[in-house]
Amino acid sequence: MNKQVDIKKLSPKDFETDQEVRWCPGCGDYAILKGVQMTLANTGASPENTVFVSGIGCSSRFPYYISTYGFHTIHGRAPGFATGIKLANPDLDVWLVTGDGDGLSIGGNHMLHVLRRNVDIQIMLFNNEIYGLTKGQYSPTSQPGLITPSTPMGSVDAPLSPCVFALGAGARFVARGIDTSLKELPVTLARAKDHKGASFVEIFQNCIVYNDDVFGEFTQKKTAKDTQIHVKHGEKMIFGKDVIKGLWFNAEKFGLEVVVIGENGITEDDILVHDETNRHIAFMLCELEAPDYPVVCGVIYCNPAESYDKAVQDQVAQAKRDKKADFNALLRRGRTWTVE
Amino acid sequence: MSVQSTQHVNDDVTKLESVVIRFAGDSGDGMQLTGSQFSVATALEGSDLSTFPDFPAEIRAPVGTTFGVSAFQINFGSVEVSTAGDEPDVLIVMNPAALKVNLNNLRKGGMIILDEGAFNAKNLKKAGYEVSPLEDESLAQYNLIRIDITRMTVETVKKFGLGNKDSLRCKNMWTLGLVLWMFGRKRQPIIDSLAQKFAKKPDVANANIAALNAGHAFGETAEMSSNLHRYQINKYEEEAGIYRTVNGNQSLCWGILAGSQLADLEILLGSYPITPASPLLHMLSDMKEFGVITFQAEDEIAAICSAIGASFAGKLGMTTSSGPGIALKTEAIGLAISTELPLIIVDIQRAGPSTGLPTKTEQSDLYQAVWGRNGDAPIVVISVSTSTDGFEVGIEAVRLATKYMTPVMILSDGYIANASEPWKIPDINDYDAFPVKFHQDPEGFHPSKRDPETLARVWAKPGTPELMHRIGGIEKDYDSGHISYDADNHQKMTDVRRAKIDNIAQDIPLQEVSQGTEGGKLAIVGWGSTYGSIHQAVKKARKDGLDVSHIHIRHIWPLPRNLEALLNSYDRVIVAEMNVGQLNTLLRSQYLLDSVLLSKVSGQPFKIAEIHEAIVENTGDLK
Ligand SMILES: Cc1ncc(C[n+]2csc(CCOP(=O)(O)OP(=O)(O)O)c2C)c(N)n1
Ligand code: SF4
Ligand SMILES: [Mg+2]
Repeated sequence: MNKQVDIKKLSPKDFETDQEVRWCPGCGDYAILKGVQMTLANTGASPENTVFVSGIGCSSRFPYYISTYGFHTIHGRAPGFATGIKLANPDLDVWLVTGDGDGLSIGGNHMLHVLRRNVDIQIMLFNNEIYGLTKGQYSPTSQPGLITPSTPMGSVDAPLSPCVFALGAGARFVARGIDTSLKELPVTLARAKDHKGASFVEIFQNCIVYNDDVFGEFTQKKTAKDTQIHVKHGEKMIFGKDVIKGLWFNAEKFGLEVVVIGENGITEDDILVHDETNRHIAFMLCELEAPDYPVVCGVIYCNPAESYDKAVQDQVAQAKRDKKADFNALLRRGRTWTVE
Repeated sequence: MSVQSTQHVNDDVTKLESVVIRFAGDSGDGMQLTGSQFSVATALEGSDLSTFPDFPAEIRAPVGTTFGVSAFQINFGSVEVSTAGDEPDVLIVMNPAALKVNLNNLRKGGMIILDEGAFNAKNLKKAGYEVSPLEDESLAQYNLIRIDITRMTVETVKKFGLGNKDSLRCKNMWTLGLVLWMFGRKRQPIIDSLAQKFAKKPDVANANIAALNAGHAFGETAEMSSNLHRYQINKYEEEAGIYRTVNGNQSLCWGILAGSQLADLEILLGSYPITPASPLLHMLSDMKEFGVITFQAEDEIAAICSAIGASFAGKLGMTTSSGPGIALKTEAIGLAISTELPLIIVDIQRAGPSTGLPTKTEQSDLYQAVWGRNGDAPIVVISVSTSTDGFEVGIEAVRLATKYMTPVMILSDGYIANASEPWKIPDINDYDAFPVKFHQDPEGFHPSKRDPETLARVWAKPGTPELMHRIGGIEKDYDSGHISYDADNHQKMTDVRRAKIDNIAQDIPLQEVSQGTEGGKLAIVGWGSTYGSIHQAVKKARKDGLDVSHIHIRHIWPLPRNLEALLNSYDRVIVAEMNVGQLNTLLRSQYLLDSVLLSKVSGQPFKIAEIHEAIVENTGDLK
């Protein structure tokens, strides 16, 4: 009989490294780090089979602080590395950490392709709407008019919505979280980890030095209940301090509206039920912005399909079944002749 | 087919030592297929041979134009052949544009076989002829054979009921049939391959075979009445063994696969299509039974990054491209150097800068390979010299990359990538294996731990218990592998990265003299695809009594440890290369060598005569 061995359950602390964390005091990255360590502990992640890959940026320092395998690569290119790692060893659980500049500016093309290919990895995009590491230039998610060292008269760039981009690229898992919402974030990240295929999670991250409080409008704890909605599949999208506001689909205008239960004849039945497999609604949810709408968090879209790495592995396995790997025979395939 | 080498066997068969034939026509005329089929028939007949496909960058340029001309040259003989030949003895032209583009290269007095049917007013105009060359004296100095190949082909294939376009497509096989007859090569292997190629279209197969037979029969019957002759080329005495033809891309691809087998690793290739490197991606994509994974990435950057990721995860990461794509990979190569991961980078060079001449050859990426990165960033650079050499180079690249945990760049070029030669097929069991052992022991482990002898970093792959670690492009502490901004440590790490690569000079073969003597009046130094022309030029010069030797460098970086002394043993050194002096700069900078440059950048390989001329010029004044 086998002896029963107690597998020690790892705690969030077990996922810390001995490296001094070098983010600015008060940076949102600290909370996210904690949230990820909680997620790994909660989900029973195996440190030796987990790899964190990142690009360059404040956010991309992340792998140094997680006691799994890690690869801090080059600016914008983490998706290529992550794809190679996952293809090389599909048993590894691969996480990608990127920023709004790293993932959507220099690495925007790679982000598009890793999502459409549906490589089975988790992507966490720390969106602080600024280039932190290079001292505060505007980024592709910065709001128009933002004054930065490279936009002294205000930015004239039109910004990008990361989640809309991800959906457009064909992502099959799109979610959102907030750095300091440590009740919800680990739940969302656990779903991302569970999902087979590319999971995209945008995390609103406060850069206290170069873009402080840019998400304040909807992240203030006091007003959060009215400015955020945490969606759950199969549940009505009701929110607000008094739990009477909800999202209603206006078929005439083909869009979502905020309604109040009990007003203008609206009843609970009118409130939309969150269907995370509905891509059209997912687009609409991602586009809702403060202050007119609640900012949608949680798993917005999840509709799995076979992952790229799985399809690649299947072809290799089939070729190995169908053909013999005989190197000498390979060289002798085709026309040969013998010299006596 | 020079006069000295001819000898009449009987009245109608002339014996030759070697001959150069060039097939030229419109891109749509199937010249590449014709040439490669003729090569197969020639190889099977036991000749030594070397081929040179020369095609335009446009897939289908407008029909009949000079820039749409595609050509295939083959040099074959009963003597050692190592280039596709300086100038054709026989030029086969399928239209006026092909004549216009190729005539000036034909040997004076050489033979032209031309499809008269294609020399109509429209085609002449498109080729830019005001007066038909058939009607003035411009071809008087050649042995001109005019045949209405178009008409005869159409008549032959009429019975198969093909459309006009498909009928005309059989012209190349008619022509091939005639050339096979002239040079006594067998039709059967070609008939077999046509039947196989068009298995799903039996009419097309039969029409092509009929055209091939008709061209052959034309030779037999017209022999008396025209100036057509048969030629005999005896077998080349080769070592016993099983042979095939191989081009530079094939031999390299197989060499790297062989290396991976000897290293006991599976390959992950990340690549993005580019001429002339794409065939490597295609070939490796069809080798999945060996566990090869190919990833056609969104660009060259993602391609190399995936390869580095795979190496981190314990595979043999590999990436293939040409100059412009290698430029895009530059930053990632730096990361592979900094993280000390094995990586195979293949650069099939083409004429640059920028897009340059995509289908033409050049050796102008040497600076990029050796020096083209930010920071002090040494890697191993090895070059491929012949169509068959890729096999050995591929194995050597994998051995060095895995033993020293370093990127290795292989430089080949468009000429040898596409040129074929006969190859004695090796047996993988004759090679020593060098299986990779991944690090397993947690005792004293850190990611910068290195082998005291090779200076190679440990290779510990994700999935291994208790070896969890983080690597990246920030400078690492020599003693712990943690990130470090310490000044002395950066000096130490830069030094060790350099020493590791420098040390490899102790582990590569000494530089040999490929022809001639150690020491002497003159040495011609080459690298890469210039091997064949330098070899033949030196052979000829030595036969004439000139004191010249040939040194061909495979290991570009680090250089062989005896190279400096060897080069200093000659009164003069000429460096011949297809760029404006890149190896020359390297050798001068390393050895303060007063070498002479012989440079060519026309998109075409060196001619034997060009090298020979330089030898004569440079030996005359040496006492
Ligand atoms: C090739 C290259 N270009 C530019 C940089 C400089 N750089 C480093 S991080 C960065 C922007 C990072 O912004 P983001 O991804 O939003 O990360 P954050 O620091 O905000 O977390 C830039 C431009 C670089 N490291 N490499
Ligand atoms: S600059 Fe901003 S994002 Fe970077 S560490 Fe400091 S607070 Fe965080
Ligand atoms: Mg940012």
